[in-house]
Amino acid sequence: MLLDLSKLRGQREHFERTFQPPQFDPQAFASLTAADFSANDQLAKMIGEHEFSSLFHQGEKESMYLADIAHRVILVALFDSRTTLGMVRLKVKVTVEELTKLFEAMFTRPETGAPKLEGFDSQEAEDEIDKLFGD
Amino acid sequence: MSMINYASREINCKLVYYGPGLGGKTTNLEHVFGKVNPAARGKLISPATETERTLFFDFLPVDLGTVRGFKTRFHLYTVPGQVYYNASRKLILKGVDGVVFVADSQLERMEANIESMQNLYDNMAEYGYDLTKMPFVIQYNKRDLPNAAPVRDLQAGLNPGWEVTELSRQRVAPDPSHAGENLVEQLGTGEWVEHAPYFEAVAVTGDGVFETLRAVSKLVLKSLA
Repeated sequence: MLLDLSKLRGQREHFERTFQPPQFDPQAFASLTAADFSANDQLAKMIGEHEFSSLFHQGEKESMYLADIAHRVILVALFDSRTTLGMVRLKVKVTVEELTKLFEAMFTRPETGAPKLEGFDSQEAEDEIDKLFGD
Repeated sequence: MSMINYASREINCKLVYYGPGLGGKTTNLEHVFGKVNPAARGKLISPATETERTLFFDFLPVDLGTVRGFKTRFHLYTVPGQVYYNASRKLILKGVDGVVFVADSQLERMEANIESMQNLYDNMAEYGYDLTKMPFVIQYNKRDLPNAAPVRDLQAGLNPGWEVTELSRQRVAPDPSHAGENLVEQLGTGEWVEHAPYFEAVAVTGDGVFETLRAVSKLVLKSLA
């Protein structure tokens, strides 16, 4: 989840005073978000679309807007009734464009490709794993 | 696809428990969830149906601990075993680092086991993954039931072995978990074959659950080297 505080300008202090981080398990949230996006990707293909680049889920109090970034990252904007879907969509569109450039540049850096870890095929590594399992 | 963060020295890997419906995949995760220190695991997420069958997947993040100075976290997933949920099953395999096939040992489930194993190979192939070249273990579950098939028959049906063509790998590799058995061996026909490691289990009591997880965890971490 990404938040650009610099765009809030004068509202920044007010935002920092009133903002409360979500009280959920971030790993479970990320896993379900990825599954949600993947499932919708398949639905898109079933109706002849290449993809759904963004998704919107409306709740009674909280809503979420999800957008794909460089086919590798999902940006989730959580919002409530203090703003509108149109405003979120507008802000996210600009943010997605900026982040897409950033991530694409990052993913094409040669040193980011499949790094190898040293010592993970050693007997010491096996012993460490055995210890973690209580041996 | 494993995520390695060198800055924070963290590794995140994805493990998928695959197999026929009602074979015990969710039970495996429930046992892990119940036994692991709550501080080392997240919530068990199960988008469940009214009949308690897995609809999309179960998900459990587990911090294994520190290996070679890296904090290792495994994301355990199950797939829905029922035949008609193949689209969901395929989605969950995306980016997988290791697979556990949970077979139902009951004689009458042999056909369902074979169908599910074939489905696993097919779905992996559609992503361009080769199951014979990645961390893969088989668990024969429900060994306590009176109608459980002999392990020998399950091995013949589900784990007959795949051909080893690489000359450097054509040498006998004993199975560390089963004395007198081999993971790589030469058949009477002269052909060299490799079998996936297998484990017997009774997931409802927890027997064999952690042995299976440990084996696949080792293979996954080795594959990162």
